[in-house]
Amino acid sequence: MTTLQLMPALPEIWLAVAGMGLLMIGVFRGDGWTRQLSWLSVVVLGIAIVLVLGGAPGRVVAFGGQFVTDPFAAFVKVLVLLGSIISIILSLDYLEREGMARFEYPVLLVLATLGMLVMVSANDMITLYLGLELQSLALYVVAAFQRDQIRSTEAGLKYFVLGALSSGMLLYGCSLIYGSTGATGFEAIAQSITDNEGAASIGLVFGIVFLAAGLAFKVSAVPFHMWTPDVYEGAPTPVTALFAIAPKAAAIALFVRVLIGPFGELVVDWRPILVAISIGSMALGAVAAVNQTNIKRLLAYSSIGNMGYALVGLAAGTESGVRGILIYMSIYIVMTAGAFAVVLSMRQKGKMVEGISDLAGLSKTHPGMALAFAIFLFSLAGIPPLAGFFGKLYVFLAAVEAGLYTLAVIGVLASVVAAFYYLRIIKLMYFDDAAVPLDKDASGRSLGLVQAVTAVLILLFFVYPSPVLTTAAMAARALFPA
Amino acid sequence: MASDWPLLSLVTFLPLVGVAIILVTRGDAALVARNARYVALWTSLITFLLSLLLWTNFDPDMSDFQFVEKAPWIPAFGINYTMGVDGISMFFVLLSTLLTPICVLASWEAIEVRVKEYMISFLVLETLMVGTFSALDFVLFYVFFEGVLIPMFLIIGIWGGQRRVYSAFKFFLYTLTGSVLMLLAILAIFFETGTTDVPTLMQAHLPSGMQKWLWLAFFASFAVKVPMWPVHTWLPDAHVEAPTAGSVILAGVLLKMGAYGFLRFSVPLLPEATAYFTPLVYALSVVAVIYTSLVALAQEDMKKLIAYSSVAHMGYVTIGIFALNTQAVTGAIYQMLSHGIVSAALFLCVGVVYDRMHSREISRYGGLVHRMPAYAFVFMVFTMASVGLPGTSGFVGEFLVLTGAFQSNTWVATLATSGVVLGAAYMLYLYRRVIFGKLERDDLKSILDLSWREVAVFAPLVVLTIWMGVYPISFTRSIHVSVVNLVTKYETASVPRPASQAVAQR
Repeated sequence: MTTLQLMPALPEIWLAVAGMGLLMIGVFRGDGWTRQLSWLSVVVLGIAIVLVLGGAPGRVVAFGGQFVTDPFAAFVKVLVLLGSIISIILSLDYLEREGMARFEYPVLLVLATLGMLVMVSANDMITLYLGLELQSLALYVVAAFQRDQIRSTEAGLKYFVLGALSSGMLLYGCSLIYGSTGATGFEAIAQSITDNEGAASIGLVFGIVFLAAGLAFKVSAVPFHMWTPDVYEGAPTPVTALFAIAPKAAAIALFVRVLIGPFGELVVDWRPILVAISIGSMALGAVAAVNQTNIKRLLAYSSIGNMGYALVGLAAGTESGVRGILIYMSIYIVMTAGAFAVVLSMRQKGKMVEGISDLAGLSKTHPGMALAFAIFLFSLAGIPPLAGFFGKLYVFLAAVEAGLYTLAVIGVLASVVAAFYYLRIIKLMYFDDAAVPLDKDASGRSLGLVQAVTAVLILLFFVYPSPVLTTAAMAARALFPA
Repeated sequence: MASDWPLLSLVTFLPLVGVAIILVTRGDAALVARNARYVALWTSLITFLLSLLLWTNFDPDMSDFQFVEKAPWIPAFGINYTMGVDGISMFFVLLSTLLTPICVLASWEAIEVRVKEYMISFLVLETLMVGTFSALDFVLFYVFFEGVLIPMFLIIGIWGGQRRVYSAFKFFLYTLTGSVLMLLAILAIFFETGTTDVPTLMQAHLPSGMQKWLWLAFFASFAVKVPMWPVHTWLPDAHVEAPTAGSVILAGVLLKMGAYGFLRFSVPLLPEATAYFTPLVYALSVVAVIYTSLVALAQEDMKKLIAYSSVAHMGYVTIGIFALNTQAVTGAIYQMLSHGIVSAALFLCVGVVYDRMHSREISRYGGLVHRMPAYAFVFMVFTMASVGLPGTSGFVGEFLVLTGAFQSNTWVATLATSGVVLGAAYMLYLYRRVIFGKLERDDLKSILDLSWREVAVFAPLVVLTIWMGVYPISFTRSIHVSVVNLVTKYETASVPRPASQAVAQR
């Protein structure tokens, strides 16, 4: 116990050191080097993936019980790192075109990713908060990265104020939990609950509620979702893509780890909260998106809905629920990345456009892009044989197993409503004629590549799904020691 | 059994090879379109010929599934890629593979824009249809069953008529709503029994209390697809707006998926609930037969009339399925096959005059027999088959269903029979208004009779209609054993078991 174990945190240490290094390079080389720095960050994140995969296979606790690595953490970390890599690639052309090419951008992304990795490995309330804040602070800055645009700065400010509020709630929850159990470490909290024979004091329950509220804010679940549409719309599009991908996976994973880990025995106490959050998110995500005209706002509501589906698995609170979440998030990340690659390609006469109606007639002017987007949308709607269907399949399987029939029925019905607005975009692309066609070479090479790769992954997932499913099952098992 | 090579999978996925060929073709638009047509035609023809091997190699004395293929798909959950057909499903596979080349041929000149995408949609649709009828794993079935929505949505929405967007959305969302509930039922069954393998599930016994909920969830999906009254309203819209070939597939195959679902899943898996809900199905079916027949009588649009007649004819099918004796079920299957060919052909008949005059209004026509004798003959054959004239396929199915239903419930049979009279009324009325009378409109005076391509489209359907009417045993022989097996199993299982026995069973 006395020796300081650094090896389990190798990926995090590597990211911290490399992030500082990148910052140094940036400072000395200046903004002209942004593209090179971006590619360097991709390499840095790629090496982090290798380090994660090369880590010890089982459960290892380090830093005096503050930090844990297990297959669950490894799975989510790979997702997060992949998400960050895709986010950087998506931003490459945009940064230069929109005059945002400043070297801090990739560096901030690396630091945010570091925060996410710490969140995923948190085994103590302090580590949890540390990771969460590192991530959030970096993201507040990038949200306002287009600093001479009022929309972007407003988004950054909104995100910051509401984010700080939610962090406050989360901290308050942590302190209540500490007050009731006398511990901040997850194992110690679990032990104290076991000693109490699973009976939770009022203070503890309040603590869990505040903690859940803070985390619900981070995953943008109803009723803590209000910031999402505004921030998604206001932030520069690659930043929106970033928000929708990696931080979502990390926050969901943190949610899972906290509730299943220390509070696993209190599942009956927190399940109603999760059921309510999840129903609210699915319903609002479906209904509120119907009238949107801005594609980024629409995707914001879509992500609220998607988080609702992921939380269905958490509401089940079982191993198969966690497995469902992991499968769902893996597929969600790929779909979202692809969808944003399409949104980032939407330019008319050299200017970015965000109206849904600007997609009209896309299938005639850009058949490949339209096909890719149609694949993502059908997949988001959960139509088989596309990957999105399998994501929904496994979370609903968990809900049915846990006897949450009402939740499951509301969930699938909400998915029908959601299908309506996804279909509306497909209708625009395929059934209507273009008013002003998008620019011919809109995608560029990197965006085109992301679109093609993600579309193929989503389309052909059903052919050989077992690698993802088996790894997710293994990762989920890690949270439930027999 | 000569099944060392995966015949069913070949039939299912061969159309995708055609899709790949169409996708890689480059060149100017006219060349790509021409190439897409030919590739689609040849792929679907080869698929059809291959599927005929299923029939010739089919062992009619075996009640088990044949041509079974099994490969692990999602081993972590024990979900396999399992395919196989029995007497119930085999002919539906053939129906799908028969109608696809006919659709391609029927769209040869009618479709001028985005030919490539059109042909791809039809070939993908063929894969999904064949897959639906041969999947023996519940999740696999659902993937195919639900996947059908995507190409059909595009076919209606891109190549449809005036209100295509509305119809495409209505079609998609109606069917999806039903299906997602079925998905939950599938998950509940998986949780209860630990398997999604259909042959295994047929041996399992699900708790009686659960059966009713599961049955209702299945019903939500299949009833919309059949469609049964009162959830049939998407069908007239979809039919009217879809391009001719889309209507053909919709009426010919997609409607059969619902009824097939009842036969394959609801009846054998949930026998007690089936017995419990039979009166409900009877009531809805009788309403469908009488009400939609009356509605059909009042239609001014040819496609709408045939669409409503489809709802009425599917009413016989559901009566037959739930009467659950050998005659009625055989009749229901026969009626489905017959309807699959006859209603498809009737939509093609409408398509012929629509291609020439661009109108589907009945009052727009009249006296066509003077200019189009061959067309009048073809139309007559299918009108008679739709009415159920002895000697045509329609008679055999209706007769068997009504005989079977009479044994089970006299009133249902009596009321349903009145639908036969109404059916004769609206079909003959349609025929008289379109074909007979004086040729008065000037633009009709130069209308051309069937082209060689159209003759080639109709010839196989005419032959089949008469063949099925005159010598039904070539078909019923293969259907019979599976139906007997289904009915006997149902009769022993439909009585609710005493609680103690049910527990012992698990």
